[in-house]
Amino acid sequence: MMGFLWFWLVAMMIVGYVVLDGFDLGVGVLHLFLVRDERERRQTLASIGPVWDGNEVWLLAGGGTLYFAFPLLYASAFSGFYLPLMIVLWLLVLRGVSLELRNHLDMGVWRTLLDGVFGLASSLLAVFYGAALANVIRGVPLQPDGYFFLPLWTNWLPGVHPGILDWYTVIGGLLALVALTLHGALWLTVKLAGPLAERARAIVHPLWLLLAAFTVVSFFATNAVRPSILDNFFHTPVTFVVPAGVVVSMACIWWFNRAAQPLRAFLASCAYLFFMLAGACWGLYPTLLPATTGSANDITLGRAISGPHTLAVGLVWWGFGMVLAVAYIAFVYYRFRGKANVDGTEH
Amino acid sequence: MTAELIHRLHFAFTVTFHYLFPQLTMGLALLIVVLKSVALKTGDPVWDRASRFWGRIFAINFVFGVVTGIPMEFEFGTNWARFSQLSGGVIGQPLAMEGVFSFFLESAFLGLFLYGEKRLSARLHWFSAVMIWLGSWISGFFIIVTDAWMQHPVAYSQMADGRYEVLSFWQLLLNPWGLLQYAHNMTGAVVTASFVMAAVGAYYLLDRREEDYARIFLRVGVVAGVIASVVIIFPTGDLHGKYVARHQPAAIAGMEGLFKTESGAGIVLIGQPNEQTQQIDNPIVVNDALSFLIYGTTKAEVTGLDQIPRDQWPQALPLLFYAYHIMAGLGTWFALLMIVCAFLLWRRRLFTSHWALWALLLSFPLPYIANTAGWVTAELGRQPWLIYGLMRTSEGYSSTVSSGNGLFTLLGFMGLYTVLGLLFTVLIYREINHGPDRPAAAHAA
Ligand code: HDD
Ligand code: HEM
Ligand code: HEM
Repeated sequence: MMGFLWFWLVAMMIVGYVVLDGFDLGVGVLHLFLVRDERERRQTLASIGPVWDGNEVWLLAGGGTLYFAFPLLYASAFSGFYLPLMIVLWLLVLRGVSLELRNHLDMGVWRTLLDGVFGLASSLLAVFYGAALANVIRGVPLQPDGYFFLPLWTNWLPGVHPGILDWYTVIGGLLALVALTLHGALWLTVKLAGPLAERARAIVHPLWLLLAAFTVVSFFATNAVRPSILDNFFHTPVTFVVPAGVVVSMACIWWFNRAAQPLRAFLASCAYLFFMLAGACWGLYPTLLPATTGSANDITLGRAISGPHTLAVGLVWWGFGMVLAVAYIAFVYYRFRGKANVDGTEH
Repeated sequence: MTAELIHRLHFAFTVTFHYLFPQLTMGLALLIVVLKSVALKTGDPVWDRASRFWGRIFAINFVFGVVTGIPMEFEFGTNWARFSQLSGGVIGQPLAMEGVFSFFLESAFLGLFLYGEKRLSARLHWFSAVMIWLGSWISGFFIIVTDAWMQHPVAYSQMADGRYEVLSFWQLLLNPWGLLQYAHNMTGAVVTASFVMAAVGAYYLLDRREEDYARIFLRVGVVAGVIASVVIIFPTGDLHGKYVARHQPAAIAGMEGLFKTESGAGIVLIGQPNEQTQQIDNPIVVNDALSFLIYGTTKAEVTGLDQIPRDQWPQALPLLFYAYHIMAGLGTWFALLMIVCAFLLWRRRLFTSHWALWALLLSFPLPYIANTAGWVTAELGRQPWLIYGLMRTSEGYSSTVSSGNGLFTLLGFMGLYTVLGLLFTVLIYREINHGPDRPAAAHAA
């Protein structure tokens, strides 16, 4: 029971991270090619400026919660994915610095450099996150002691000894890139007005088609590398609402964007990300990290979970803390509601 | 180089670099609240612009604190996997609480503070400054609790499979070691911020510019500085030292360079520990002082390294000794300098005493050195234990991550952080050179 609960609490923090930081990563990707001049750049950045750091906190709080609720998983996965994780950390450092500092350096060349770093780091992060999830679904070569170490790539084939990158995880990475770019474009249509918002709305269309294609491909690919992914769904058929949710939210994105209802389209995109991730989590449950070396080596919920007292105490402060956190977040989004300042010079 | 050593250096390098920023964040957050409170109360636009100026410096500093903090959160898993697996049930708790209770708070109100000045009333803007201060001090608390458990484990039980679980949540949070460490460490952060603020004031006065602001900075910096510089020695440093002596005798013996158990042990003011001959070369000693400081009598016996098994000696003994002496030596200098400057301020002579202004200006890097040296003391003194008395450092690192991979990412961090350090210096220098009067519109945080 405790295990089930904490599994979903951690999963929801990760979903919270993807849904929230997802749009500012997407805005970062779009920053590379959608934005035309300095004024538009400022507008774009003003739309995420007050919130991106708070969005990233979901990653930190999620990581901390994972550490405390499932120490073995935290230890095994973070040391096993050592190399890509370090690259992700470097990208997070570069992205944060370039985003915040461009406004403190008012010289043209510097700004161009920082804008480029910001866009590239955002794009690569989206790809890495997708690939990371795909690695978890595909499984890793866990040893009986619960540890492993993955090279960046081996022969590009998922198998007993895969690398971080193979054809399956590359699909996952591209899926994430497209999904988050779309998510970011929808955010821009919500927060901005004028020609930039129009361009963002126009690009939703091709992105949507790409996303639909990748979603279908990833569904079949996932079934190919992990045939058991649907077992839980067949076992509890009511959970098929999750894949249904994916389809419905896709349709809603399309519909609301056409109907020029940007906020609803953005919320539909949030729902899409939610259903995709929730589906993956439910497909794996109660395995946390599957082994390619035989399911006896899987890291399961029962193996990784902290003791009952730790978890019971945790539930109290976690609940209390998250209520506070959601209150601050709601307050900030409320304060910055409406269109981001158009001339981009406020603050 | 062994993988163990690489992982230690990896963690030490990244956390040392990280801590350069939070110490200013935490101290400055408090001083900004002071500036903003005065501005709100008096309605004086100079104080208001002064607080805005420090808000800009704060914002830059905060970014560097955030981006260098993110890797820390993950390094427990990447570089210290065995340690994390066994200890997550205890210290995963405060670490997760730091995220849940303080990072959300800080980031939300920082967004409001920096971007919301026009959208918020003056009172609400002041309130966001207070919340940032609160958030950063809560953050410091949880991370210190984490460290304190490694220094002095309490409220745990060990499971059959070797994992540690927490027995009492409140005992974990109220670990006496942690409370003492917190008091001392936060005072250290205020020392850093007040020296930085006073130094900028001194720089402007010596440069004959921004003189209205300079006087404010000096006044606030010196008043906060004199309080913090005294409190950091007495009571916080003193009490912390006594507690260490009772619970980590090997650490205190290493810090003081006490090879032989003595009653009426003296304090070595200057000297070089020699591990071969097991004595201090070229010492200058104050007789009986150590016994007195730790136990309150000059005759008490203080445990020396000779009573501690060799395999439980802190490694890197000379470094431990020097780090501790640098911290304490600089602490003495801070207290002297700030007391003199406070006296001059009171006699209304500080702003014209060029030698005092020069001393303040040149001293601003020293609190950074003292804080770093303090951490090096604490962390080296704990060796060879990772969790004091429970787990050795050699048992805690990620054995699946080879030394080559560790070295690669360590070098990567060194390169990246060199760039960050340069960028930080340039940005802060520009901000100080622009001065507080730069119109707000040109600045976009
Ligand atoms: C401005 C910074 C600063 C200054 C001037 C001092 N300290 Fe300090 N000290 C710290 C900043 C610091 C620190 C960075 O905050 C440490 C490192 C770990 C910690 O929690 O606090 C610390 C740790 C620390 C420890 C713990 C070592 C351990 O855990 O093994 C002791 C015993 C002292 N200090 C004692 C003193 C004394 C007697 C001082 C008197 C001059 C002093 N410190 C000045
Ligand atoms: C409060 C949070 C902190 C925690 C939880 C923490 C934890 C750790 C851990 C896990 C290690 C590696 C294991 C070891 O070598 O013992 C370590 C080493 C080290 N840390 Fe800390 N640390 C903290 C803060 C700091 C700060 C702020 C500094 C420096 C300014 C610092 C300086 C060092 C150094 C120098 C080492 C290397 C010691 C050695 O390997 O011999 N630590 N710390
Ligand atoms: C291993 C130890 C440490 C870890 C895991 C860690 C983690 C972090 C993280 C993830 C952030 C960014 C938060 C954000 O996104 O808003 C951060 C910032 C911060 N850290 Fe650390 N940290 C460590 C050591 C320390 C120490 C020793 C202190 C002080 C006692 C400290 C105090 C702070 C503060 C005040 C901030 C926010 C302000 C700033 O960014 O400058 N940290 N830390």
